[in-house]
Amino acid sequence: MKLYEMANARSGDKGRGANIGVLAHSDKDYHFLVEHLTAARVQAYFAAMHPGDVVRYELPNLNALNFVLPTILDGGGSRSLRVDAQGKALGQVLLDMEM
Amino acid sequence: MARSIRIGNAQGFWGDSVDAPARLLQQQPDLDYLTLDYLAEVSLSILARQQSRDAHLGYARDFLAVVAQVIPLWKSGHQTRIVCNAGGLNPLACAEACAALLREAGVDKRIGVVTGDDVLAQLKGDGSCPNFSNWETGAPVSTVLDSMVTANAYIGAAPVAEALGQGADLVVTGRVADPSLAVGIAQHEFGWASNDYHRLAAATIGGHLLECGTQMCGGISTGWLDLADPAQMGFPVIELGEDGGLVVTKPANTGGAVTEWTVKEQLLYEIGDPKNYLSPDCRVDFTTLTVEDQGNDRVAVSGATGSAPTDTYKVSATHRDGYWAHGTLTIFGRDAVAKAQRCGEIIFERLRQAGYDYPRKNIECLGSNAIAPGVLPPRDSGEIVLRVSVAHEDKEAVERFAKEIAPLVTSGPQGTTGYAGGRPRATPVFGYWPCLIKRDRVTVKVNVL
Repeated sequence: MKLYEMANARSGDKGRGANIGVLAHSDKDYHFLVEHLTAARVQAYFAAMHPGDVVRYELPNLNALNFVLPTILDGGGSRSLRVDAQGKALGQVLLDMEM
Repeated sequence: MARSIRIGNAQGFWGDSVDAPARLLQQQPDLDYLTLDYLAEVSLSILARQQSRDAHLGYARDFLAVVAQVIPLWKSGHQTRIVCNAGGLNPLACAEACAALLREAGVDKRIGVVTGDDVLAQLKGDGSCPNFSNWETGAPVSTVLDSMVTANAYIGAAPVAEALGQGADLVVTGRVADPSLAVGIAQHEFGWASNDYHRLAAATIGGHLLECGTQMCGGISTGWLDLADPAQMGFPVIELGEDGGLVVTKPANTGGAVTEWTVKEQLLYEIGDPKNYLSPDCRVDFTTLTVEDQGNDRVAVSGATGSAPTDTYKVSATHRDGYWAHGTLTIFGRDAVAKAQRCGEIIFERLRQAGYDYPRKNIECLGSNAIAPGVLPPRDSGEIVLRVSVAHEDKEAVERFAKEIAPLVTSGPQGTTGYAGGRPRATPVFGYWPCLIKRDRVTVKVNVL
């Protein structure tokens, strides 16, 4: 089962890093994600892109998790040579994760 | 019931639809205020280049076209007041250009100008100040002072409220924090005290949801493909009550959607710690919010809690960081990824033989999952856009790179195409330098023309 079957996402840049908000489709999905979509799991998933020390924040009121990946943008939105310099696609990349 | 006002946004960034502001006023004639956001982190460095060529520039000139479109509406009785950060590095010049347009059209509107966010002189004059160190890397500002181009503090809502209080119908600012445009409107309308943090937090949430325009109405959402009538996507409108009540919506008969999902996604856009969202007006806790979808593109957001802001402003500074260029070729056919990758390597090999090396360079085979290199499994779609990039201190080295792409049109693999755009241009790179400044070192001024 892929993450997109149980959540929406939204990503964007924050300086050299990016954040990815993950919004569970239901209470049940949220509790599952709190347990299984850990900061360590997300950090390992993005390891090849050098995300830095990933921090996860919980928003149980919105059934949401917010991940901050402090160095994933290869120098940042204004400097990165990558086509996705601002991390706009990172939400879609994470939603492809096998859960 | 508490009095409420309607605030819209019809410009999420510099480059957004130029027709949107006038269209939103026609779609929502009872709009009290229209906010327009032109400034992103490095927009000011682009404005600095324009100002260096002509001292009367340095603001978002697109805004003048917006004013020209709004003038007939004002003449026909629309009362909507406009608050925007189109002033960029030169709010006074922007305001004077707007005033000339209004005079010419015979429209009697007052223009408020907010200045003081430009803190370049403060940074240049104090290279050892620890607050001016890059907060991401810790590097001291002295390492980039010679190449620093802009430094602007994210100032808050108070000067916006003051300009409106002095009767401005149009407020032009520089680097006011995005949500503070809406917060300033609310403070003016409702007379909230500057320590009424819960209500300031509610307005900040409203401003945060407005600031990226159509992103609030289904733009970039996960469920985008299911949206109705995306070509007519509405821009967002908030109804903000004197008691801090907040409903997010969009004009009737527009495309897109405002739902629990579009609101929740936009709430999480570009935030860090949700318990500690820092604006110049207050600190907001997102974990106490309740989002209630009322149907018909109306979503209530309640429960915002706020607390006192810090004694510093965030500063976005930019510095020159050499030049870059990006070139593309399309490679179609069997083994397209391998062919595209080899083409990229040939470009760098030929440049090396010509005596050029690049401290930063990149080869991307778009269409092979290159968006997340090493994260997603590579795949060969048989149709690849090769994107090759370099950055170098020396403009000439970047221009030399730009000449090395086209030769592959005749020496590359069969199926090499898509080169009609010509040589890429070498353009300046601006490094982003986030830091802090003590509030008492920033003098904010309000003038009403």
